Amino acid sequence: MALLEIRDLAVDFVTRRRRVRALDGISLDIDAGEIVGMVGESGAGKSLTGAAVIGLLVPPGRISGGEIRLDGQAITGLGEAAMRRIRGRRIGTIFQDPLTALNPLLTVGEQLVETITTHLPMSRAAARKRAIALLEETGIPSAGRRIDHYPHQFSGGMRQRVVIALALAGDPQVIIADEPTTALDVSVQAQILDLLRRLCRDHDAAVLLITHDLGVVAETADRVAVMYAGRIVETGPTAAIMGRPRHPYTAGLMRAIPTVGDLRPRLAQIGGAMPRPGALPHGCAFGPRCPAARPDCTAAAPVPIRHGDVLVACRHPDLTEAA
Amino acid sequence: MLLYLARRLFQAVVVMLVVSLIAFVLFRFVGDPVTQMLGQDATAADRARVAAALGLDQPAYIQYLRFLEQAAHGDFGRSLKLGRPVAELLAERVPATIELSLFAAGLAILVGVPLGVRTAIVRRGLVSRSLLTLSLVGISLPTFFLGVLLILVFSVTLGWLPSYGRGDTVALGWWRTGFLTVDGWRHLVLPGITLALFQLALVLRLVRAEMLEVMRTDFVKFARARGLKPAAVYFRHALRNALMPVVTIIGLQLGSIIAFALITETVFQWPGMGLLFAQSVAFADVPVMAAYLCLIALVFVTINLVVDLAYLAIDPRLRDGRLTTSVKGT
Repeated sequence: MALLEIRDLAVDFVTRRRRVRALDGISLDIDAGEIVGMVGESGAGKSLTGAAVIGLLVPPGRISGGEIRLDGQAITGLGEAAMRRIRGRRIGTIFQDPLTALNPLLTVGEQLVETITTHLPMSRAAARKRAIALLEETGIPSAGRRIDHYPHQFSGGMRQRVVIALALAGDPQVIIADEPTTALDVSVQAQILDLLRRLCRDHDAAVLLITHDLGVVAETADRVAVMYAGRIVETGPTAAIMGRPRHPYTAGLMRAIPTVGDLRPRLAQIGGAMPRPGALPHGCAFGPRCPAARPDCTAAAPVPIRHGDVLVACRHPDLTEAA
Repeated sequence: MLLYLARRLFQAVVVMLVVSLIAFVLFRFVGDPVTQMLGQDATAADRARVAAALGLDQPAYIQYLRFLEQAAHGDFGRSLKLGRPVAELLAERVPATIELSLFAAGLAILVGVPLGVRTAIVRRGLVSRSLLTLSLVGISLPTFFLGVLLILVFSVTLGWLPSYGRGDTVALGWWRTGFLTVDGWRHLVLPGITLALFQLALVLRLVRAEMLEVMRTDFVKFARARGLKPAAVYFRHALRNALMPVVTIIGLQLGSIIAFALITETVFQWPGMGLLFAQSVAFADVPVMAAYLCLIALVFVTINLVVDLAYLAIDPRLRDGRLTTSVKGT
């Protein structure tokens, strides 16, 4: 049994006039000590999946099907008070932009202590000690002094470390990292990813790493889930998928990664744009953009099929050529 | 930060000089004080004597400098109507206006901020919607109308509360306060509400708008994602950040409460500066008008300074003398 299990999760946006399915049939397991990378382009539903897991979908979005289990216990359908005790305590979240994720009016220490004492039975003094330890663990030098500084006194990379320390404050088993490196310089990105890997190992945490950058996933994740238009189209061990992508969309994404010594004059693109939720084409959502589409691709949405360790939602995976 | 303070002080001085110039021009060109004092039939000799006594025979800039010097010492001359020193008249009236204004401002803040927070948190629902509608009424209702309405209902029809004056006061040195007697409080209720309602509605809507804005920010979402209790999310994180613009407006509004207490004071015959001013306008009592103008300007300038200091207390980024975010990198 995996630590975090997502089964057939569906999220709808329900307004008075219509109901739009934004996530459909999302199934994913994350074990303790494992990093699962979730990739896809903007609007594919990656962040929405993260928000659904922590129960912070913005209305009118709501979970309309499936189940999320944490350590065997279903957390879908829990009340707001119960969900609040899970957020930060059992599922930590790392936000994307460290420049806006911290309250500018409170010191880093105040924000950490407040989060710690909310979840753990500790005195303020003990919480402060833990806060300093967390800052040290996330790689902030002279943490004992820096704890009394305000967010604006930190650089972007350092602030992201503070954000990570805050996500870890309640000692969660699951960490959802939503684009944790997107807002950072490349050199800092590598450090933050290193930190994430180390924390996952040291805390034996299950990490869901949400990113649009396949390179980040290749470097960090044990397994990958590729999302397209609200569905997972391919999932499996990182090496297996990067070595031989079976879904044409995954293959397209990989061809779009620039590499050093690349002799192609232009990077490959996937023609067209991802359909919006509520305007999905009939059958396979990727069909209209797919170079290998066949007439039967428009029949019905393809069900995931197992190929070794990999699950692929494509009728003709043999037609996909590796880059 | 010192530089910041020095700059703000300098601006304050400039503003006061400009206002004093306007007050002085008012002095010289609105009405003719000599005619006012001696009447139409005075002889030329009498007129010259009085003009000399008032310093009106000097060149304009000398008169202005003298006016400045005296004003700096709190000397605005004598009231043309009452014949008493203006400073003394104002000092008598100041406590009434200040107490009324503080009561109104306190009411507006203590009621307006919580209601603003509430309507921002529970956006739908009957209570929030009714509050918003009522606040719109509060903003649009003219003060004099509200005052008369309150008098009609609570003084005339129900007979619960007095409709004019300050009631019993107690002297604390030269300051006569109505805060220490039950009668004083009873007299404060109706004019206080009249003066507060517009401000209350304004504060409510402003707090609501700012709260809604702040609740959309990442750090509030992050605070939620960390499982903080709703009270901590709303008050520690959202409200504190929403307060910056609210403090500005409340500060400036405190100035206008004092300045525009005039209408409420007139309706309720409240013996404050506003009523004094309204009466001096009728008589073209220029020294009183000029002094009132300068005093109100001083109030505004002082409040502005205090607001700026309040920023420093609220926002740590300003204490470091910079608002820009730092560069990326470790």
